[in-house]
Amino acid sequence: MRLEVDISRKEFANAAGKRHEVLRNIAFTLEPGEVGVIVGPSGCGKTTLLRILTGLDHDYQGHVSRPEHARIGMVFQEPRLLPWRSVEDNIRLAAPQINATRLSALFVVLELSEHRSHFPGELSLGLARRVALARALAVEPDFLVLDEPLASLDEALAARLRDQITTLLESWRTTTLLVTHNLDDAVRLGDRLFLLSARPATMLHALPIRLPRSARSEADIAAIRNELARLNRA
Amino acid sequence: MRLLSVALFVVTWWIASLLLGSAKLPPPPDVLQAMETEARTGALFLNLGVTLARVALSFVLAMTLGSAIGYWMGRHRLADRLGDPWLIILLNLPALVVIVLAYIWAGLTEAAAIAAIAINKLPTAVVTLREGTRALDPGLDEMARVFDFPRGRAFRHVVLPQLMPYIAAAARSGLALIWKIVLVAEFLGRPNGVGFEIGVAFQLFDIPLLLAYSLSFAAIVFAIETVLVQPFEAQLSRWRPRAA
Repeated sequence: MRLEVDISRKEFANAAGKRHEVLRNIAFTLEPGEVGVIVGPSGCGKTTLLRILTGLDHDYQGHVSRPEHARIGMVFQEPRLLPWRSVEDNIRLAAPQINATRLSALFVVLELSEHRSHFPGELSLGLARRVALARALAVEPDFLVLDEPLASLDEALAARLRDQITTLLESWRTTTLLVTHNLDDAVRLGDRLFLLSARPATMLHALPIRLPRSARSEADIAAIRNELARLNRA
Repeated sequence: MRLLSVALFVVTWWIASLLLGSAKLPPPPDVLQAMETEARTGALFLNLGVTLARVALSFVLAMTLGSAIGYWMGRHRLADRLGDPWLIILLNLPALVVIVLAYIWAGLTEAAAIAAIAINKLPTAVVTLREGTRALDPGLDEMARVFDFPRGRAFRHVVLPQLMPYIAAAARSGLALIWKIVLVAEFLGRPNGVGFEIGVAFQLFDIPLLLAYSLSFAAIVFAIETVLVQPFEAQLSRWRPRAA
């Protein structure tokens, strides 16, 4: 799926009726199978942008083009699982067409097999995130959206989940948009990085990474990160 | 524990009847005997059955209608604005007024009785369900939209489980309300049912008969609450890590 975004303006009215500009002049394109990463300071409007791109918010000026019936798989910042359904039912409800082999394979990759029949309330945040990721992938999305999938996990857990996501992105090759405020995650996961400013968020830089994900050495990653940090300061 | 508490009640009653004299408060054996006589003629079961049928009908009617209206008012601001004054009036209308008016307008009919009972319960169901609908998690709604849940699936798996505690609360308080009102409605304008028999006993000053019906009715209420309502509530909160 190809995604073209050209948002000229997005405003919110606060409780007092005052209007705040959240997004301004954000334009980019994702080619089919590319992983785009949106990087920006906390609270700059990244989640608002995702809500527009996933069709949850239509109140903006500009244009977003994606196939009308594209299947979207999304991992929200909070896992947003149904607490009254088991892990497996949560996934099956979003993806009724999934067959048992594929579901099992997904559980194995994300190390969820033993949690199939647990309820979300019994899971840690890290596990719940993985269930949310499994749900997003189970629908075989044309467009995968990940909103801060690694936030508020400890270092080791975040690294593990990041590796799992990398593996999955490699094997799935679906158009993906990932939001993070962590430069390191951005550089490790993305094909194309989009740096946003603080509010109102505008596009500061769009930076393609030519090296394939699997070929990036620690030195490459450090180099790109330094480049990004330099751009960010400039 | 429950048996002990029931036994304690019977003992207290017996002592009280000794103190007050059996004319005012007959001891348990007298009441039991009255119960037996009524049971032998079949009148006890007939009247209890009729009353229970009225309870069931008006309960189902009020719950379905009340839940639908409450959900609708919770979802739509305009419906809420339009319906709110009606709701306040209905909430504060004494049960007796509704029953008497229903009998005057619709005659001393079964339909009038059931409608009057249902109308008494309706507004509390509406208010509870409206609150529940307002408290629905918008995050889960968004999830269902992004993942393209069809309407039916979203309602059954996303909305309904969130409303269930409210439906249970409405059912619980509604049932308690209906237990009380059904007897008044029967007392005033029905030729059978527990309320009617209590009315007869009142006119004849037949206290054992009065107590026989009251206690059989209370026993049935108690049985339904423990056998049906409480397990149903437990089943609903099964997914909660530690139910209160």
